[in-house]
Amino acid sequence: MRFDKTEISLALVAIACVLFGFVSPGWLIFLLTIALAKALVVQGVVMQMRSGLVSFGQGLFYCIGGYTVGMGGQFFGIHDAIAALALGMAVAIVVAMILGLLLTRYRDIFFAMLSLAFSMILFGILVKSQGLGSTDGFNVHNWTVFGWAPETGADSQQTVFTMTVLAGLLIAVLIHRYTKAGIGVICEAVRENEVRVEYLGLSPRWLLYGNYVAAASVSALGGGLTALATGHVDPEMAYWTTSGEFIFIALLGGLGHVAAPFIAAIVFSVVRTYSIEFVPNTWQMILGFTLLGVIVFLPKGLWSLVSREKSGERT
Amino acid sequence: MTTILETRSLNKEFGAVIAAKDLNVQVAKGEVVGVIGSNGAGKTTFINMVTGYLKPTRGEILFNGKSILGHSPRAITRAGMARSFQVAQLFPDMSVIDNLIVALAAAESPRPSFLSPLRSDARIARAEEILAEFGIENYQNSKVTAVPQGARKLVDIAMALIGNPQMLLLDEPTSGVSMDEKTGLMDTVMNAVRQHGVTVLFVEHDMDVVERYVSRVLAFYSGEIIADGKPAAVLADNRVRDLVTGHRPTHKKGNGAS
Amino acid sequence: MTSLLAVLIDGSIYASWLFLVAAGLTVIYGVMRILNMAHGSFYAIGAYSAASLVGWYFNNGIGPAWISYLLLVGAALVAGLIVGVIVERGLLRLMYGRDEILMVIITYALLLILEDTMKIVWGVSPYFAYQPYTELGRTAFGLLKVSNYDLALVGVSAVLGLGLWAWLERTNQGKVLRAVIHDREIAVAMGVNVRLMFTITFVLGTTLGALAGALTAPAISVVPGIGIEVIVLAFAVVVIGGLGSIGGAAVGALLVGLSRAAAVHYAPEFELFVIYGVMSLVLAFRPEGLFGRTMARKI
Repeated sequence: MRFDKTEISLALVAIACVLFGFVSPGWLIFLLTIALAKALVVQGVVMQMRSGLVSFGQGLFYCIGGYTVGMGGQFFGIHDAIAALALGMAVAIVVAMILGLLLTRYRDIFFAMLSLAFSMILFGILVKSQGLGSTDGFNVHNWTVFGWAPETGADSQQTVFTMTVLAGLLIAVLIHRYTKAGIGVICEAVRENEVRVEYLGLSPRWLLYGNYVAAASVSALGGGLTALATGHVDPEMAYWTTSGEFIFIALLGGLGHVAAPFIAAIVFSVVRTYSIEFVPNTWQMILGFTLLGVIVFLPKGLWSLVSREKSGERT
Repeated sequence: MTTILETRSLNKEFGAVIAAKDLNVQVAKGEVVGVIGSNGAGKTTFINMVTGYLKPTRGEILFNGKSILGHSPRAITRAGMARSFQVAQLFPDMSVIDNLIVALAAAESPRPSFLSPLRSDARIARAEEILAEFGIENYQNSKVTAVPQGARKLVDIAMALIGNPQMLLLDEPTSGVSMDEKTGLMDTVMNAVRQHGVTVLFVEHDMDVVERYVSRVLAFYSGEIIADGKPAAVLADNRVRDLVTGHRPTHKKGNGAS
Repeated sequence: MTSLLAVLIDGSIYASWLFLVAAGLTVIYGVMRILNMAHGSFYAIGAYSAASLVGWYFNNGIGPAWISYLLLVGAALVAGLIVGVIVERGLLRLMYGRDEILMVIITYALLLILEDTMKIVWGVSPYFAYQPYTELGRTAFGLLKVSNYDLALVGVSAVLGLGLWAWLERTNQGKVLRAVIHDREIAVAMGVNVRLMFTITFVLGTTLGALAGALTAPAISVVPGIGIEVIVLAFAVVVIGGLGSIGGAAVGALLVGLSRAAAVHYAPEFELFVIYGVMSLVLAFRPEGLFGRTMARKI
């Protein structure tokens, strides 16, 4: 198995991060863990953006990943973190396979709004379920990794950080290959000219479906890791404004490179932490203006999102 | 003589507008058929129905003896019938060679790979080959939007051809191309096509182009086929002259009619 | 039997509220093809303006109660007008022509900006202006007691809907607007001042949203975030009815209103997402919404 330049660079960065983690203060590790886990969710958004779809409801899978990890421990006795994460991804895949059947019939704003609707349905269900803590959610603790249980809070943080970095590396390499493989390039072709893809003998709908399911699993992994890192899950994870944040990060980073969501997520987290501390009632405004700025001045990430084959004389 | 494509009483109505009326066509394997008619005569509607883009109101379409009525463009392409478009339908943000590689990969399998790279050596080689056949190897790595119109039409046709179809439908292959480039373009296309042994049907407005390449002409008017036969006969037909080509002396090919 | 009546009344009240909220959204989409995510923020601005004005009015004992209703509407109109013009001229105008989905994201950015703007202007404590609501008293329907204000809203909603429809169908202005909906380019070629039409439409839409907020203010406590909850509901109604169709919005509102009332009374666990369930169901069978694009011409 040959690894290209990008993959080797990613691996080196990952190793550096893990080592860095051993000498960094707790608050920094926590911030980075959350950022990287978020970035994984964003990778799912980016995968769909590359195929021309904007998911305003990726929070659905983020939430599924998180809650499954939490519920695994609380209700099903699944204490191994890796198993719980995998279970979260599996549940997300099943849900995506069902919802995808409906969603892949739509594009543009309908897809966006429907995906939003589904995440809000989950939100509604969770808020109404007393057994899952309703709006308070519940805590995630008592997990182990291959039988070993972290003893202190710091150990716990360190472990999750390392897990997140490694998961990030794995996903990054896989996505890197995915975008260069048939499915990745052809999904972009679907974005650029869906009719032509049909006329080449392929089904845009099923291509988007496969992409949608894959994206869901990646986002669920991000959700599961977030649950482990914060030790808590709540319905807010499925609220549509959470999904809005993922979209923001995706646009900020752009679709050009697999490392972009990670960098954008870190920038986002840093700016957010300091904004909330120093100018609490303007954090959203900053987000809004930045988003506009990115759209107007940094369209590169957005360019590929919007340049479809819109020839007026399509047959 | 095997019939590769057959339509029986093909009809298409858009409300009160009859875009296609009782079209009965039989194309034999290996034929090169020219389709003429003024704008709105139903030529593109015909192609759209045959390739599954439009559902006929009535009638039957058979490809290699099997009904393809109601099949999607995807299924029909996989069955062996490919087409090009009046306005070249390409992937604008990709390079020319990438467009071809995507077409090639699509033809190879309906299920794209999730992990192995698309741009394999084999595919690149094959794409370069066909680019050379079409004479556009210079544009290989250019983004489609940076490529001139004539070349774009060639890419469009090359994408249809790279999948080794049995039959090729070309919708106005020379439209949007300047007069002096037309012949060059069609020469290139027909040369490439002949090498692959493909049955061809193309829509064309330029009668000189039509006369040069085809063994048979279908003349459309107002949704109906008003003439079907050898080029000389069809172009000399009075009705065709009245309604499609106009009365002018036809030159070259020495068909004798005034 | 009381249950059924309760569902009908509750449902109609909720439906009329939904229609008030959704009308502005669907008008803007119908003409400008912009799905305005910030619509909820205009609703909130209307609510805040109305609540602060009416609150001030009553706290200083300025005059009779009936004037407060005028103040409600007045506050909404002024707020909607000012903010609408500023947003359309200052921001949207620079962004026209982009992909629909990109416009959604742009209006989302606008939402973020407006939410914090409201926090800065009005602070984060709740505003109350309950007097107009309680002034009108209640009516008894058998065992049910229904607020007269809520009933009045149903009337207002109906009048507004009919008025909008009449304006679009009967007046010259309305016809010009429909021409723009049909074909922007030709309208321009015919000498229609499309830019002006866009401004008018957008301001109309935001004012309707602000009005919905203002009229709701007496029934709630106005706090940050009320706009955000409203957007998803408005979207669902508009999508169900068909983007751009006023009649569709009315039907969608009724459908959702009655479904939700039924859920509240018979199956409370489903209350929160019955609206999304209805939306998903409608879209599964009629992807364009109940009155789709074809009705967009009639807006």
